[in-house]
Amino acid sequence: MATPEHPQENIGQRRVGRGAFLGVVGLGVGTLFAGGAISRATRGITQPVTDSVGLAGVIPSDGWRIYTVAATMPTFDEQSWRLTIDGLVHTPLSLSLADLRDLPRVDQVSSFHCVTGWVVKNVKWAGVRIDDVLRAAGPQAAGTALTFTSSEQPYVDSLTLRQARLPDVLLAYELDGKPVPRVHGAPLRLVIPEMYGYKSVKWVERITVTPEAEVGYWEVRGYDRDAWVGKSNGYES
Amino acid sequence: MSALAPASPAAVPAPATAGVPARRWLARFTLTERALHWVHAAAFVTLLGSGLVLYLPPLSELVGRRPLVKDIHWWTAVSWAGALALIVLLGNRRAVARTVREIDAFDADDRRFLRGQRPAPQGRFNAGQKVNAILTAAFALLFAVSGALLWLGERNHAFRLEGTVFLHDALMYVSLVLLVGHLYLAVINPKTRHALHGMTRGTVDEEWARVHHAKWVAELAAARTTDGAVSPVDQNAT
Repeated sequence: MATPEHPQENIGQRRVGRGAFLGVVGLGVGTLFAGGAISRATRGITQPVTDSVGLAGVIPSDGWRIYTVAATMPTFDEQSWRLTIDGLVHTPLSLSLADLRDLPRVDQVSSFHCVTGWVVKNVKWAGVRIDDVLRAAGPQAAGTALTFTSSEQPYVDSLTLRQARLPDVLLAYELDGKPVPRVHGAPLRLVIPEMYGYKSVKWVERITVTPEAEVGYWEVRGYDRDAWVGKSNGYES
Repeated sequence: MSALAPASPAAVPAPATAGVPARRWLARFTLTERALHWVHAAAFVTLLGSGLVLYLPPLSELVGRRPLVKDIHWWTAVSWAGALALIVLLGNRRAVARTVREIDAFDADDRRFLRGQRPAPQGRFNAGQKVNAILTAAFALLFAVSGALLWLGERNHAFRLEGTVFLHDALMYVSLVLLVGHLYLAVINPKTRHALHGMTRGTVDEEWARVHHAKWVAELAAARTTDGAVSPVDQNAT
């Protein structure tokens, strides 16, 4: 405080704190608009650092963040695991993982978009088409939608049959060349790249053919049921 | 919460007993300033903890319950902003304004201090504390803005900007470094950790202050002589 009594104590005093504050805030606001470029530019530096200090398994350096809603994630046991197909079908089915692997295998590379803003590009999935799974059960004419029930209770979500038949929709059992890991929904998860991730139900254990699409776990909480990437949750709706 | 307790009786200068100079306590932080500090600290720790659960895959896996953790994170942020606003509104606004003025001003000694040159006699805040306070305030604002954009952007993509996630994450990493440094100086480093007493009880030992905040002690002494009977303790403690 420059008081007349002791001016010698505050030689060269400058009010620069507010400038520094505004500078940092300005830098941060700029990052809001250029963050993608900055994060791509710094990845070359940060990735080797996180990998070398063993942080790769701790921080989401590969792009994936793990969202689960229950207290614990389901555990997969190949012996007892079955996928149930029921609802409006002629023959309800109970399929083992081996049964699914006997169906035509589809390999696919696609991007995974989370509604919270992160994206993982070039994800390699392998699995089966939903129609191939449904065929043996024989959906009835009144069935127009599918409800996917997760082993992670009470997670559930649905697609119309038309959505489920999009060419890039899969029930995936492999991710990046390995069996789908536990955190990504072992052993079987839905993949619908054109919609936000909350539609791609993990730990799928039951597919129910229904008369119409039902409201899913996050949709009860305010998110759109038709969650097209870039065209839902506020975009053009 | 001891931080919010009024200044202890020890804040009053003890009468000097013959021969032995009594320990004198100087009032460094008002109740309002301490309340702001501890509300911010408590909110930061809660936000950091819940935020890491939302962010780090191993913690997400361990804790799960995303909707609940998200609610904790969101409501802590809302309460944090509300509590800070209330404290400023109902508290000692003059003390807050004085603190802001002091943090804003850097003199030649402050610049020497930041360059590591000594001696560099410091005021009530040393230059490092000023920098820390400025960064903390700027980060708080940026955390709040990017957090609000994350929240809004999930439901309405008009609010979605390409760098929001990156900014919120990057702020966390930088804040973590600041926090570790802050905790080291406030709790571990024997030379500086006496400052914690100022943030809990409001007062610091005059002898300690003479070493670390010489200009401030001189200012208080000057104020004492010009204002006559008014002691620095009475003047500042609120």
